[in-house]
Amino acid sequence: MAQPQNTAEQSVDQKTIVSMRNVNKWFGQFHVLRDINLSVDKGERIVVCGPSGSGKSTLIRCLNRLEKHQDGDIFVHGIELNNDVKNIDEIRREVGMVFQHFNLFPHLSILENCMLAPIWVRKTPRAEAEEIAMHFLTRVKIPEQASKYPGQLSGGQQQRVAIARALCMQPQLMLFDEPTSALDPEMIKEVLDTMVELADDGMTMICVTHEMGFARRVADRVIFMDEGQIVEQNEPEAFFNNPKSDRTKLFLSQILGH
Amino acid sequence: MFGRDRSLTSLLNDTFIRGILFQALIAIGLFLSINWLADNTLSNLANQGKTLGFDFLTRTAGFQISPTLGTWMLDYKVGKSTYTDVYLIGIINTFIVALLGILAATVIGFTVGIMRLSDNLVFRWFSSFYVEVVRNVPLLLQLFFWYFAVLRAMPSKREKLELVEGVAGLNITGLYLPAPIVSDGFIYSFLSLIGAIAITFLVRRYALRRQAETGQILPMFWIGLGIIIILPVLVHYLNGSPLDWSLPEFKDTGPKLRQGYQSGAGMVLVPEMLAVWLALSLYTAAFIAEIVRAGILAVNRGQTEAAYALGVRPNVTLRLVVIPQAMRVIIPPLTSQYLNLTKNSSLAVAIAYPELVSVFAGTALNQVGKEVEMIFMMMMVYLTFSLMTAAFMNWFNSRVKLVER
Amino acid sequence: MTRKVIKAAPKKTTMKKAIPSDIDTQAGYVRIEDAPLLPPPPSEVGVTGWLYKNIFASMSDFGSVSATLKSVFVAASTLFILYFLITQISGLLDFAIFSAVWSDPEGLKRQACWTVEQGGALPNGWHAACWPFIEAKAKFIFYGAYPSDDLWRVNLTYALGGFMLAWVMIERLPYRKIVGILLLTVYPVMATVLLTGGAFSISTGTIGGATILGLALITIGRLGKAGYVSGAFGDLALVAGVCGWLVILFAAVLAVFAIDFDLEAIDTRDWGGLLITLVVAITGIVASLPLGILLALGRRSEMPVARFLCTVFIEFWRGVPLITVLFMASVMLPLFMPEGVNFDMLLRALIGVTLFSAAYMAEVVRGGLQAIDKGQYEGADAVGLSYWQSMRLIILPQALTHVIPGIVNTFIGLFKDTALVSIVGIFDLLGAAQSTLADAAWSTPVQGLTGYLVVAVIFFVFCFGMSRYSMFMERKLNRSHKS
Repeated sequence: MAQPQNTAEQSVDQKTIVSMRNVNKWFGQFHVLRDINLSVDKGERIVVCGPSGSGKSTLIRCLNRLEKHQDGDIFVHGIELNNDVKNIDEIRREVGMVFQHFNLFPHLSILENCMLAPIWVRKTPRAEAEEIAMHFLTRVKIPEQASKYPGQLSGGQQQRVAIARALCMQPQLMLFDEPTSALDPEMIKEVLDTMVELADDGMTMICVTHEMGFARRVADRVIFMDEGQIVEQNEPEAFFNNPKSDRTKLFLSQILGH
Repeated sequence: MFGRDRSLTSLLNDTFIRGILFQALIAIGLFLSINWLADNTLSNLANQGKTLGFDFLTRTAGFQISPTLGTWMLDYKVGKSTYTDVYLIGIINTFIVALLGILAATVIGFTVGIMRLSDNLVFRWFSSFYVEVVRNVPLLLQLFFWYFAVLRAMPSKREKLELVEGVAGLNITGLYLPAPIVSDGFIYSFLSLIGAIAITFLVRRYALRRQAETGQILPMFWIGLGIIIILPVLVHYLNGSPLDWSLPEFKDTGPKLRQGYQSGAGMVLVPEMLAVWLALSLYTAAFIAEIVRAGILAVNRGQTEAAYALGVRPNVTLRLVVIPQAMRVIIPPLTSQYLNLTKNSSLAVAIAYPELVSVFAGTALNQVGKEVEMIFMMMMVYLTFSLMTAAFMNWFNSRVKLVER
Repeated sequence: MTRKVIKAAPKKTTMKKAIPSDIDTQAGYVRIEDAPLLPPPPSEVGVTGWLYKNIFASMSDFGSVSATLKSVFVAASTLFILYFLITQISGLLDFAIFSAVWSDPEGLKRQACWTVEQGGALPNGWHAACWPFIEAKAKFIFYGAYPSDDLWRVNLTYALGGFMLAWVMIERLPYRKIVGILLLTVYPVMATVLLTGGAFSISTGTIGGATILGLALITIGRLGKAGYVSGAFGDLALVAGVCGWLVILFAAVLAVFAIDFDLEAIDTRDWGGLLITLVVAITGIVASLPLGILLALGRRSEMPVARFLCTVFIEFWRGVPLITVLFMASVMLPLFMPEGVNFDMLLRALIGVTLFSAAYMAEVVRGGLQAIDKGQYEGADAVGLSYWQSMRLIILPQALTHVIPGIVNTFIGLFKDTALVSIVGIFDLLGAAQSTLADAAWSTPVQGLTGYLVVAVIFFVFCFGMSRYSMFMERKLNRSHKS
């Protein structure tokens, strides 16, 4: 099961890192993801936007099996997501995720937060794990906070630690689930700056966010979701200046209207 | 205030002075009422021809106490042992039943609490059923149920209800179990067990260092379990099994009066103790289950998700992320449940299990009649235990408090 | 699944990597027609979905050896627990209903519940409830030895209390506050008179003296208000005024107690059963609430002496078991009182229970006080309220609403703990039931279980009901807090 059955698909394009085909998902009676088709290339930066409840978060949470899709195929990094625990483990190792509410471990110091996964998942020696952690903490510009606890940091700092923590696993793909929506305005910028830097370094990213400035500046592609479907996707210029679907127009007028 | 003339009125208006005055009033009032109570007590005692004093503690006690751990430890003999012995027997019996109760309640409580969060409906049903029924019925009633309706309804003294053929049996006089008979060499088996635990710790330290250096993770749980089981068993058998079991002996032949379980073979848990133990541990377990459930629920779902998203396996997530956080929430109320259980063991007086209240404030008080001293001594035991628990809780809370801004 | 999309012509973008061409979901894609809303797969809804999610999901992981072992273990324990639950519940139903003896028309008493072996008519091996026994003892279990002719007094007390309590709890009714105050002030006096018969021998001198003292204090208070008393003594005069009203109230209560309503006096020794349980629990909770509030305020006070004393008091009562408190109340309380003052047993137990639960109540109230935002205290100070004013008007109303669930939970605990008074010789519900078991006229092997079952069901109904109410209040408070 480690290798997907349809090798044909994979051989077509080795550059594809995510491919979702005809994916459907229900919460009880509620059809939250409707016929999702998406493929993401290595190095691509994708911004997913849409009104709340449109299934954006569910979409990216399906990519590392925090949610289970019930219909269709998802391949991440060439591995099929199914019930096989080994596949799930492998995919989660390669996919980093940043949450809206940071979800740092409050009982561990910043450094320990960053070292946990390298040590217990990658089986990295401690010294090396510490080195990696400090490297990425430096990259998000808070190496001096390493010995503090999450509760002692500001929201923006916490979110940057969360990004560093995910990077410590050196993932191929980073998922961002509304990383700035729980932050005060003055902290949003520091997190976005970190994300822009990450994007400039060529990291493959899928971001659920309402930060349209970020989308314009960084995204290769903007995806608009509504009622569980991908309604429109385009490069940012075209998406923002010339939306095609009425729903996209309405959404854009609402969030850019003031 | 300072600019003005400090007349009496302005002094009375000063909040500081007022506070002192008010507190002085309270103190004086308290002193007067205590004095009044003490006066009344002394004159009442004098009228009854009694004096205060603890000299009764050296007098010998003239009543029987049913055979329990306390009487066995202090070798209680009517007409020889003193009231100090009675006091100590009460304390020992209270603590042994509390200790056994705490152990059982913890095991049952954690199991039921985790079952209540299971995604298996049958488990959830069972545990809510258990928790709701047990929590909403008085402990004393449950004690009566176990003692009068279950244990007193067991087969009579000359019969038995066999639990394990020839090894364990139950009748109205108690639960009969094999008793260990320790011979000389057993000390080595015991030492090897301690040694095995020590070795496990050393191996664990080595495993942690190895992990820090190479990243390799040893399956410490299985290794530790192996060492702790295999080493003592090996030593024990190489040493010629220096531990014997004295099985309970049941006779159903011979003279009628000699039938039944024989004294001197095996060991017996008296039904009073069994009932107290069952009632206390089942009752407290229901509360512990709720604490455990709340503690686990208190760990945000995002914590598990974050660990999963990092690729950490569920069992490691449980060990490194969920349990450390849940235990911070669980331990303080858990300790106070342990304290409640210890205090509730005093209910045993209702079925005459010889614990502190029953044997000291009950039987002994009736014999000696020193109400003030004896009730004071009894309360001191519980208070000491409470204060010790409170001190532990403060220490624990300050130790594990999450660092906040 | 049909997908109807229109693909816009792929555009050249500024992407660093070329656009992959494999799937149709690339740049410039617009969905014209909605994807169909499909019914969920059976694993998600319906009976199968429900069964899968609630039962089989926990035992269907066979991915590895340990997962398989776990699944098998879960499956086995599920079966075992199911079997256990079914046998226990059906056994209980059989015991209480299907196999039970319901009537004893011939007045056989214990023989009605005997098997052939024991000399009765029931088949051997029969083991079920003997309801005629409970029927015969019902009056004792519910009222103790209270005279049958006067039972209407107890029932009237219940009816009044239940009516007023229901009024306070139903939110749509008017005057709920007034009824609540009556429930806490007038009702206890009325209940005392109804249950004991009143007409206590209280000398007119005591009542008169208290009245005069109260009037004098009120006068001082009036003078203070009018400004005749200067400076700091003015405040003291106001305090005196408040005390005056309390003394007058006290005198009024005494006066009511002294009136002869022509009710037969019934000694509390004749009370028993559920009546005692309710009296002890309700008195305990009502009397401990004000005491608990004072203790909580004291423990949070800035005055070290007051704080110390309250802390010691609270920790003392919380540190000892209720049994020892009841022992103390029954043995030592008489010693503490001056000669000639004698409390009856019930009153001693009530004092013990009240002091005991006041300590627990104090901790509950303290929790509520701590939960109140510091801004509320500062706000009250800022508008110039005195300590007692800010407590009465701002802090306590908030804190007490906040801790209603806690108070109800304390009450549940106390309600269950009343069972302990049977150890010091007061026949509460459990004590009364236990003592009926000694009646040889009804001696059968099932007597004990039947009696315990009745008591357990009564306690369960009360406690479970109250705990549901407390959960309801908790949810309601949480809701009103969020909005």
